[in-house]
Amino acid sequence: MILLTVGTQLPFDRLVRAMDEWAKANPHIEVFAQIANGEYIPKHMEYVGFLGQKHFESLFAQSELVIAHAGMGSVISSLISAKPVVIFPRRASLGEHRNEHQLATCQKLSSLKGCYVAHEPDDLYSILDEQHQLEGGAIGPFANPQLLQTIENFILQ
Amino acid sequence: MKKKKVLAVASKGGHFIQLMRLKPVFDRCDTSYVTNQKRCDIKDLTCVVDANRNSKLLLILLFLQVFWVVLIKRPDVVISTGAAPGYFAVLCGKLVGAKTIWLDSIANAEELSLSGQQAGKFADLWLTQWPTLAKENGPRFGGRVL
Repeated sequence: MILLTVGTQLPFDRLVRAMDEWAKANPHIEVFAQIANGEYIPKHMEYVGFLGQKHFESLFAQSELVIAHAGMGSVISSLISAKPVVIFPRRASLGEHRNEHQLATCQKLSSLKGCYVAHEPDDLYSILDEQHQLEGGAIGPFANPQLLQTIENFILQ
Repeated sequence: MKKKKVLAVASKGGHFIQLMRLKPVFDRCDTSYVTNQKRCDIKDLTCVVDANRNSKLLLILLFLQVFWVVLIKRPDVVISTGAAPGYFAVLCGKLVGAKTIWLDSIANAEELSLSGQQAGKFADLWLTQWPTLAKENGPRFGGRVL
């Protein structure tokens, strides 16, 4: 199953629509979408506006591939569970976020193992066409030792 | 030695996931958590309202809720990764004499978050996860959640 998630704060119709088009052309592959309060209603994939913590975790566990906006929640969860994640950044210029930080995030994350970046629906489709070759990430469950040390030293000081 | 009392605060989603990447440190302290989503997998968690800049009324309610938790818990240290609940927590922590930590989200690679810029005034340890954003009289870099 492919899980699409746009996070909980803002709609992201451009991505939902692109994924719905793909689902239409690929009816044999199950896609589940979390679309927040978007106006576009998917016709070719199962969807929900928002998910509770538990439901989200269970869908996440069942999915083989995650498609997400460039939200760190979706990205870090995918990397931890070693699922490949395709990141489709929101653009403030299209009214999809307050500023362009998702573009910057993508630039920085694109080199990480397990992260794939798509800026346009066509990029997304090319990645999806080769989805079986995508690799999952490999990060541990916790922050890097330097950060843990910085925080702990300060707390104990 | 008595364990340090820590109050760890973040909004749901990416902020909270980044906060929980510090769990090994929190587990060695007496840690309480605050977020704006109900969840049963974390003990000693207080759920507050989901508020942002767009609603003044909810922000006031959020501030009161966070202030209340800080008064009740009397933490030695308040730490947050963002956003609105964390900003208030660091501010309230400062008011009651706690040590405060702001860890700006890794999502902010080109400039600090708005809440992070403001929280810097009240943070004794002000951190960015990008070395390029570290500066004198500004946040410093001390590692990242990945």
